[in-house]
Amino acid sequence: MQKFTTLTGIAAPMPLVNIDTDMIIPKQFLKTIQRSGLGKNLFDEMRYTQDGQEIPEFVLNQPAYRNAEILIAGDNFGCGSSREHAPWALLDFGIRCVISTSFADIFYNNCFKNGILPIVMPQDVVDVLMADAKRGANARMTVDLVAQTVTTSDGQSFGFDVDSHRKHCLLNGLDDIGLTLEKASAIDRFESQAASLRPWA
Amino acid sequence: MTAPRTLYDKIWDDHVVHQAEDGTCLLYIDRHLVHEVTSPQAFEGLRMSGRKVRAPEKTIAVPDHNVPTTLDRANAATMTEDSRIQVAALDENARDFGIHYYPVSDVRQGIVHIVGPEQGWTLPGMTVVCGDSHTATHGAFGSLAHGIGTSEVEHVLATQTLIQRKAKNMKVEITGSLRAGVTAKDITLSVIGATGTAGGTGYVIEYCGQAIRELSMEGRMTVCNMAIEGGARAGLIAPDEKTFAYCMGRPHAPKGAKWEAAVAYWKTLFSDEGAHWDKVVTLRGEDIAPVVTWGTSPEDVLPITGTVPSPDSFTGGKVEAAQRSLDYMGLTPGQKLTDIAIDTVFIGSCTNGRIEDLRAAAAILKGKKIKVKRAMVVPGSGLVRAQAEEEGLAQIFIDAGFEWRLAGCSMCLAMNPDQLAPGERCAATSNRNFEGRQGRGGRTHLMSPAMAAAAALTGHLTDVREVMGETV
Repeated sequence: MQKFTTLTGIAAPMPLVNIDTDMIIPKQFLKTIQRSGLGKNLFDEMRYTQDGQEIPEFVLNQPAYRNAEILIAGDNFGCGSSREHAPWALLDFGIRCVISTSFADIFYNNCFKNGILPIVMPQDVVDVLMADAKRGANARMTVDLVAQTVTTSDGQSFGFDVDSHRKHCLLNGLDDIGLTLEKASAIDRFESQAASLRPWA
Repeated sequence: MTAPRTLYDKIWDDHVVHQAEDGTCLLYIDRHLVHEVTSPQAFEGLRMSGRKVRAPEKTIAVPDHNVPTTLDRANAATMTEDSRIQVAALDENARDFGIHYYPVSDVRQGIVHIVGPEQGWTLPGMTVVCGDSHTATHGAFGSLAHGIGTSEVEHVLATQTLIQRKAKNMKVEITGSLRAGVTAKDITLSVIGATGTAGGTGYVIEYCGQAIRELSMEGRMTVCNMAIEGGARAGLIAPDEKTFAYCMGRPHAPKGAKWEAAVAYWKTLFSDEGAHWDKVVTLRGEDIAPVVTWGTSPEDVLPITGTVPSPDSFTGGKVEAAQRSLDYMGLTPGQKLTDIAIDTVFIGSCTNGRIEDLRAAAAILKGKKIKVKRAMVVPGSGLVRAQAEEEGLAQIFIDAGFEWRLAGCSMCLAMNPDQLAPGERCAATSNRNFEGRQGRGGRTHLMSPAMAAAAALTGHLTDVREVMGETV
């Protein structure tokens, strides 16, 4: 997994609430057996007409935001399905950080497994960041995971919370499976105890 | 004496393998359900790192999302190339890693969340995961069940555990009894209407109260299935005699002395008096009406007697979202919901594709003809389909003008050829009314099987109580 330490980049505003995983990556693109290549279909039905033409009004089609690396989004971002294709598509497009007032649980979890940092901020802070993002490509934000701060283009800085285990994994690009397998003996012990306590399971 | 605990607390405590200082836990997983869409990259990850499936005997796979539901599906030409590759990948992964498998040709094949309970894989007190958000369904048994992403699928395959932090406890109580014509689907949609799609974020919900107790196991599965639409990690219902009766004799349920021991343990699975709840929501069963969704979020729920709302009646970001929904759905504020004309009816999905759902729809349709352009019933599994044929339900659907399909996810998410055309309006018994969910530009109204059947008969959204001759 790619490490995440600090990121300075263009933030794209997407104030719509309840942006769901079907919007992020529609189901016809879930038929891949790979993780990569989904960026071109990120937000497909909002981004392209039925015959594949770009919709100029859509934020990521606007010249200022074509290289966005941060999304500032409305409440409950990523609701819906468990498809990890949603963070894969964001990552493949180049988005490394999403900031909202809340995220759906599974999507939030999936981001951390892919080197994407989802940040929950209160509404008043998201409002400030949204306004900054709307200023376009010259408004570059900085996300510092080490210091746990987001800094706007005009220098306003806001702290955020992140789970310490997840922070550690992101900062170091660690693979969860490798870490868990270090606890294989605890899993063995649990299994043998469970086999006598709940043999039907 | 230990402090009073919720059902969630108890299941959690019994599955913690390791707890780190910061509270991050390694949770043991009893059952891992797998389907073709969210697993190929996980199996590929195992291959690349030379890892095996740690507990193949606890891992159950079935293809469901992509598979065609037409009667000619044995013909490979009914599938697109990419769908065929995905199903073939699951065939191969199941064989190579030695996990339980129900291929498309097996009569037991169906939607993973219908097959798991049907085969007795899902049992009370277990932890159940699947790379699918509707894993919440299995919570109906008092098992802690939730969806995971593909990285976590790989993690569970390799370690039989999941890294988790504990969620908060939320109680949703439905007091009293439901009125005639009101079903489990109306309960679960009404709860989401009341709490919003983010109302359960960070929580595990336990559904309780008389109306929940009075539901069958299948109704309870419908309720828990949509816990995820309310944002919750999982939904739970404490097991009782109905649960035990449902599980008994299923192919993978325990037998003999193991069964007795299991039931004794299952009887300890309830929330203790005085347990702590972080959030409590109470609805009166008598107040719940047959409902439909009008917008593009499952929280856009109204009683069928209502009218399309105005965006101005909302606040904050929901004003823009409601306007966008109305534009997408082609609806006007003030329009009566029962005036909305329907093109298509879809009965099926992991929410409402079980035998009782088909019975409820068939009871409305018996001896009548549909007035919509097309209508289809997609049973949740091959066994549900066989039972419906035995009971004569299939013939009722066919005589009414429905297509009688083979099992799969079908038009719930339209990954197979069952899709809506742009602008086509569908009365659906599935779980999501998102933009494009059932096909680009397709318009979805969620409702119960009985309500969908009523809409099929009249050609517009309809209060099923009128069809039933009930007084509203």
